[in-house]
Order: sequence, then C-alpha cells, then structure tokens
Amino acid sequence: MADPATFADQAMAHAPQLYAAALRMTRNQADAEDLVQETYLRAYRGFAGYQEGTNLRAWLFRILTNAYINIYRAKQRRPKESDLADVEDLYLYRRLGGLDAALAGRSAEDTLMEMLTDDEVKRALEDLPENFRLPVLLADVEGFAYKEIAEMMDIPIGTVMSRLHRGRKAMHKSLYEYAHARGLAAAGDPEPGGDPDG
Amino acid sequence: MDDCNETLRELDTFLDDELDAPARTTIRAHLEDCPDCLQAFDFQAELKQVIAEKCRREELPPSLLAKIQACFEVGQPNAPSA
Repeated sequence: MADPATFADQAMAHAPQLYAAALRMTRNQADAEDLVQETYLRAYRGFAGYQEGTNLRAWLFRILTNAYINIYRAKQRRPKESDLADVEDLYLYRRLGGLDAALAGRSAEDTLMEMLTDDEVKRALEDLPENFRLPVLLADVEGFAYKEIAEMMDIPIGTVMSRLHRGRKAMHKSLYEYAHARGLAAAGDPEPGGDPDG
Repeated sequence: MDDCNETLRELDTFLDDELDAPARTTIRAHLEDCPDCLQAFDFQAELKQVIAEKCRREELPPSLLAKIQACFEVGQPNAPSA
C-alpha cells in the first residue's frame, strides 16, 4: 500500500482534470465542486484498495464517474437513457471542406482552434444526453480506452463504441451550428482583419 | 471506393488506438495511397485534439482545493498538521 502522504500528493495532482470533467458532467460549478469533493472522500476511504503502481488517474476517474452516476442520475427525473437524432458521418468535415483551400498553409488544428470558442466546445459536449456525454468526455477529453470506459460506466464495450460514434457526430453537428450562427463557418472565411487583443 | 468505405468505417477505432496491429497496417497502407481519406482522418484527429484542449481549460477554484486537502487531513488522525 502507498504511503498516505504520498498518495495524497499524487491524488491532488489530478484535481484540475477531475474538476474540469466534473463540470462537463454536472454542467454547473456548485455541483462540480461537490462531486470532486465526494470523489476525494471516496478515494480516501478506498485508498486501501488502491494498488501502488497501477493507474491512479484511471482509478480516480472511475470513482468520479461512479459518484456522478450514483448521485446525479438518482436526482434526475427524466429517463436516464436518452436517444439522439442520427447525424451523417464526417458532418463537420464535409461542411468545412473548403477550409483548407481558403486558409492555405494553415493546419486544420490552428483553424479549428480559432474558429471554435472554448465555451462553444464545452456547450456542445454538455448538451449531449448523459449516456452519450460520458463516453465522449472519457474518450475524447480524457483519452481513456474503450475497455476502461466500459468498466467505469458498467456497460458493454460495444455500447461504448456505438454511443461514442453517435455522440461525437451529434457534438460535431452542434459545433458546426454554433460556428455557422456566428457567420464563421459559412464560406470558410479567414479571420477578419484586426487584432482581437489590440 | 470499397477500400475508402472500409477505411472510414474504422476511423474512430483507428484514431482511438483500438485496432490490432494488422488492422492498423491495412488502414495506414490505404491512407498512404488515398489523400481524400488521409485528409478526413487528419481533420478528425485534429478536431479531437481541439475538443480535448478546450474542454480541459478550467481554473480549479482555490476554495475547492482547500476542501480536497481537508478530505485527506481529516481522514488521517496521525498526520502532522502542515
């Protein structure tokens, strides 16, 4: 078993990531803070079950996900399983096809980084129904493997894969709609002149 | 075209690093020969990175940090106070 002080230090190092994930899960700051605190309480109580040298981050995220599902799913009156409208594959890519030509010499990453605001990306994820939001959060933001996500959510791997696929497409469609609403994605226009910081 | 469809069907599993070695090799070989698929894969890979980076941008409230520290201290009767 790990030394408690070392364990506390190592566990604390993951607090910013756990908090960001908790915000995406609960969608508000007060609940996110409570959820992270609950996660650490459970981690402390379960500390004897943590084996040093195994993946502490995955262990903490498993506790976070379980705590979220136990506490917040119980609070929700609406059915826990929501469905999503189907979206065609490569939705955003197909609509931004002209972007590379319009912004010759710039990478898609730089372009997307500027085109999509932080708030829009967070909102597009948070707008997904919970059963799609958790797999997308755990895979795309936190980088966990399908098997880890299946264990955290206690669902089969095939279900993780199908929810990820559909959740991502719905999220990408929202991103396009947000950018389009600001007039940014219509023709793949480059940045308007003027320094936003100037 | 069949190759493109089969390749695009594995886009998620490829980018998520969930394919076995032979399947990865098949996809890589197709991407080397097919700029259209390569562009789509690149776009999705970069989109994934942008989403991850933006969703992680949060400041940990100092009050929460203090509460988390308290979780550990309260639970350890023998821990020396800092």
